[in-house]
Amino acid sequence: MLLLLAVALLITTGLAALFSYRSPRLSSFWGVGGAVLGCGLGLVPVAQTLLGAPAFSLYRPWSVPYGSFAIELDALSAFFLLPVLILSPLAALYGCQYLAHWHGRKSIGASWFFYNVLVASMILVFVARNGMLFLISWEITALSSFFLVVFEHEKAAVRQAGWIYLVATHIGTAFLLVFFMLLGRHSGGLDFAGFAVHSAPLASLLFLLALIGFGAKAGFVPFHVWLPEAHPAAPSHVSALMSGAMIKMGIYGLVRTLTFLGSPPAWWGVLLIAIGLSSGILGILLALAQGDLKRLLAYSSVENIGIIALGLGLGILGLHAEAPLLATFGFAGALFHVLNHSLFKGLLFLGAGALLQQTGTRQIDHLGGLLKRMPWTGAAFLIGAVAIAGLPPLNGFAGEFLLYLGAFYSATELSGLAVFQSMAVVAGLSLIGGLAVACFTRVFGALFLGAPRTPHPAAVGEVGWVMRLPMLILAGACIFVGLGAFAIVPSLAYVLPIIVGPDFALAPAFFQQASSSLNNLSLVALGFLVLLALLVALRHRLLRRRTVDEQLTWDCGYALPSARMQYTASSFAQPLTQFFAFFLQTRRHVSMPAGILPAAASLHTETPDVFQEVLYRRFFIYIRAALAKWRRFQQGTVQLYILYIALTLLALMIWKLS
Amino acid sequence: MPLLHFFLSLLLAPLLLGIINRTKAVFAGRKGPPLGQLYYDLAKLLRKGAVYSQTTTWVFRAGPLVGLAAVIAALALLPLAGRSAVLAFGGDIVVFAYLLGLARFFTVLAALDTGSSFEGMGASREVQFAALAEPALFLGLMALVRQTSQLSLTAIYEHLPLGLEHQIGLALVAAAWIIVLLAENSRLPVDDPSTHLELTMIHEVMVLDHGGPDLAFILYAAALKLWLLGALLVNLMLSFFQGSSWIGGPLFLLGMGALAVLIGVIESSMARLRLNQVPHLLVGAGALAALAAVFVLR
Repeated sequence: MLLLLAVALLITTGLAALFSYRSPRLSSFWGVGGAVLGCGLGLVPVAQTLLGAPAFSLYRPWSVPYGSFAIELDALSAFFLLPVLILSPLAALYGCQYLAHWHGRKSIGASWFFYNVLVASMILVFVARNGMLFLISWEITALSSFFLVVFEHEKAAVRQAGWIYLVATHIGTAFLLVFFMLLGRHSGGLDFAGFAVHSAPLASLLFLLALIGFGAKAGFVPFHVWLPEAHPAAPSHVSALMSGAMIKMGIYGLVRTLTFLGSPPAWWGVLLIAIGLSSGILGILLALAQGDLKRLLAYSSVENIGIIALGLGLGILGLHAEAPLLATFGFAGALFHVLNHSLFKGLLFLGAGALLQQTGTRQIDHLGGLLKRMPWTGAAFLIGAVAIAGLPPLNGFAGEFLLYLGAFYSATELSGLAVFQSMAVVAGLSLIGGLAVACFTRVFGALFLGAPRTPHPAAVGEVGWVMRLPMLILAGACIFVGLGAFAIVPSLAYVLPIIVGPDFALAPAFFQQASSSLNNLSLVALGFLVLLALLVALRHRLLRRRTVDEQLTWDCGYALPSARMQYTASSFAQPLTQFFAFFLQTRRHVSMPAGILPAAASLHTETPDVFQEVLYRRFFIYIRAALAKWRRFQQGTVQLYILYIALTLLALMIWKLS
Repeated sequence: MPLLHFFLSLLLAPLLLGIINRTKAVFAGRKGPPLGQLYYDLAKLLRKGAVYSQTTTWVFRAGPLVGLAAVIAALALLPLAGRSAVLAFGGDIVVFAYLLGLARFFTVLAALDTGSSFEGMGASREVQFAALAEPALFLGLMALVRQTSQLSLTAIYEHLPLGLEHQIGLALVAAAWIIVLLAENSRLPVDDPSTHLELTMIHEVMVLDHGGPDLAFILYAAALKLWLLGALLVNLMLSFFQGSSWIGGPLFLLGMGALAVLIGVIESSMARLRLNQVPHLLVGAGALAALAAVFVLR
């Protein structure tokens, strides 16, 4: 009930923000206040449900055909609501200072209206238990986030990004429409409670539809192309919310679908693992090759969604093979990674926004040495980078750890060739881990370390406390969840039975193994931190009475090193992009120095998305050519359109009368 | 008892480098530095002050500390000489590998913090080779997990099968891991630790700007890392003598010594690979490990 109150509060404050558009300050107050208060209210029932309170449900008939206002807050919904309810208020708080730059030039009120509507509709998506209600909420999230993405619509690139996003999300929704129609026809109603599929071919068809429809939202390769366009174009606090929370709606939809479809065949799991591997590896490789910071982060979201898909695939394999440890570790790892990704990806997007606001550029190669100017943002960004690279002792590792355990258990539980899949998962995860280390050392190194590659404007400095605080809170959460994973994973006890079915013998064995491993993981992390503290003290003591000097960087005896001699982010990634050139198709534009007195030479590389270049562009060009012949019906004269309407009416009348 | 092994490892690790260098000296017909040279170096460096680059920040100072702490923490997860590790639990092997990843992350950041093109170059190569070596390490582990149905390193080594028909798989894992060991520890044919040309170095060039106690921490962490990965391998080779008698300990030390000699022989008899061929070597290691896993599947 509190959750509905939160939704109502979000919508009313959104409206209040819209109507007080004359004063940006007042509308910011309404927007941020509503988001903070609403999400705070919503967190109460969510926490209660996760701690074992019975699911809250509400059913009201609705005049919309096939619709009913059926909502339920069970543990699965509650778990997926966590990222939304944690990230939204923090991003809103950050946004109120981030948007201050546009006061008076942009309609801040409208921006907050769409923001709060987006949050409210996301909450509804997670609790909706009727196909119609679900689709309507789904559509509202798509539209409200579209308006948020095109906030800077005076830029052509932003309009283009918004357009791609709008098309992509509606192609996804089209598949969902078919999905719900088939499901509803089979079970005689659109209420989730009645959904149950007992025919295997239909279940597989529905699974494929869900995979495309929900996968387009989540960003599975090859449906990911909208992600690196839309996320960078949006204001940074919106990017954080979209990447951290909104794309998880796709994962939620897929997991919820699994609960309708009965026991899964093995190939679903294999397909998800294949998608997970390609999303994970291609995502991180494309991220590694990007020069635009926010685009890079968007590709890294594709990678993380791939890791989540790996977990789901393992889980499905476990369900199929009736290997309880594999199933529970797979699903638990996927779910835990959903939460973790929202924390560190939210943090990194907020950090990117802080850099963008201060320096005015997203090009990594133009920046450098910012840790000295922005120490707080830099420290928070470093924590996010370590976490997203999946390194202990932070939360990113804890999630991947569960996935590794799942894959290793499968090697002991499964027989014969089924082990090949878990082998592929282990090899893929370790490769993704190694590449993520490369990607995020590159990002942090190029942004914050070394010397500035182009001179900073003098005004570049730390962002205000209102923007700093959300980043620090998220960084703290990454540390806390990383060290306290053993206390958090048991809260999945109420979530997992919903996915794997209540009669699946999971609880004791899984929680015993998981908590033993996670307890020890925390012990190792603690030991590491103690050691680190001891070493810091030792170093301090050793250097206390000695000369500590500052000198130029050693450059092989060259005494005039300049910032332009540094390795850039592009050169740092070059060996890897070269090695994986087959997948990346990086283009080089070189003009070599020529002649006796060579003039300016230049080297420019770009890595466009292979799928967009090869797959989608051709497809849409074909569509445009195929539809061109219909254009003659559209002459732009009003009389002609009235004629069409009259003809249609006539045809309908004849049809009705005959 | 595990604690005794832990501290003994902390003490003995720098000796490995001494053995390697002595072997190389013998091959080259030189007398070579004393076996304990690294101990002298460490003692000397720990007594010195420090010089930092003006470009650097606290990340540069944190790099060696995080690196050493992570490597020592990883040592606590490693079973030695057939005895249990200080801490053994399901999946400890994943934590072990990722702690080494954490050490690498901060070493690379410290290198980038100097703003030197040479150190950037080394850092770039380091992350590339590490990313490609990781699957080989993990696929080898997967083979062992499958073979023994155990998830902790200690239990894996205890349950390794002794029959001759299993030895092909184990030998393949060992072959893959030797390559991983050489790559991770920046030895020939991947990296030349004794070169004096910054352009051709990987690990050594990343630490050019460190001095004094920081450099001591780095050198010590590198020695420990060699010990760690070496012990992973030696435990595998000596699975015949696991756990039972008093002979395990001395035999393990003998094995480590033999491994150091082997590395010395490899370094004396091989040239460095061209940089663009190193990835092929690492992918080859991954293929060996995958093959091992296939053998185990039968």
